Amino acid sequence: MKDLWIIVTVSLTMGMLARVYMMRVDTRQYPTHPQGVISHLTLGLIASFLGSLALPSLAEKEFSAVTFLALAAQQFRDVRNLERQSLDKIEVTELVPRGTAYIEDIAKAFEARNYMVIITALISSIGAYVAMQFNQPIQYQVVTSIIVGIISMMALKQFLKRTLLKEIAEVKPAEITFQGPLLKVNDVIIMNVGLKRSREIFLKNGIAIEIIPKDPNANATLANVGQRQAIQHNAAIQLGIRKDLDEPDFTPIARRNPNNGNVVMAMIPMYSDVDTLVDVINNTPVLESAKRKTIISKPKEGAEV
Amino acid sequence: MDVGIKDSMLAIVTTNKDRVSSSTVPVFYVEDSEEQEHLSLLISKITMGMVHDLGRGVYVIVKH
Repeated sequence: MKDLWIIVTVSLTMGMLARVYMMRVDTRQYPTHPQGVISHLTLGLIASFLGSLALPSLAEKEFSAVTFLALAAQQFRDVRNLERQSLDKIEVTELVPRGTAYIEDIAKAFEARNYMVIITALISSIGAYVAMQFNQPIQYQVVTSIIVGIISMMALKQFLKRTLLKEIAEVKPAEITFQGPLLKVNDVIIMNVGLKRSREIFLKNGIAIEIIPKDPNANATLANVGQRQAIQHNAAIQLGIRKDLDEPDFTPIARRNPNNGNVVMAMIPMYSDVDTLVDVINNTPVLESAKRKTIISKPKEGAEV
Repeated sequence: MDVGIKDSMLAIVTTNKDRVSSSTVPVFYVEDSEEQEHLSLLISKITMGMVHDLGRGVYVIVKH
């Protein structure tokens, strides 16, 4: 029994490390910190505990303990619900909303990360247990557990890696023009801007981009409204937007060119710099729910689109 | 939940009386395009709507 405690401790640590490894607080400001980070780390600790206890409890013939894993799955489905609800609640306070697809994507990611922690903890406990069965000394058990844990952690991270927009499309700076009141970016009509003052601001400070999909799959993905909403949101929060609630004229809108599927967007950032905008758009994640596989395309083996 | 009316026309501001007749949406008649711009801006600020230009001296304010 004493040996099993070593397995639990080491795999618990590995699971926890996996959670920290997947925790990224970046310019998108998600998860929120410090409170959001703490609650996710704590949930990660619980997940890690569950994963590391599964094997030792089986080894001790405590079969009822394993049923707790079912409870855990329920618990982490709640994590997704929790995230979704909280993001839905703050949605009205965003100048440029995230959109339901993006919210769902974030919620799903947090749920998946907890499962990743459970799997990492479980695999590293299996590593230690196997070493124990071969009558290896404790040091070897610990080392095996750590190595197996790190490998599974990295493999899972690779597996959970998000596709970025730059992998499926090319982003280029574009030109803003007006045809009467119609705001156009590279000859695609975006919206009707009635006020002359707003048109002047657009021409003076506005920047625009065109997103050109690389293949039919990317084309279909970019057609997804949720994906475009995510692009608008990311651009607005990372560049800062010159807009207030009573100025709907300056809302960034990503419109699709129906002829070729290219997406264009114009916005007025606080600090005008089209290269930064291109950079931000390039690094926008492709939403899992927006990913499409069309019948026309036959991607190569292993190609992720 | 944010509940409200969306995508509806809130007001019409026009310099051209002959082109607009409405029994549901308020119509504001103005003298010239300068006044039209100003009044449209005021209404859009109050209603949080957006000003659209329909041409020939007709502006509409729409809540999106």
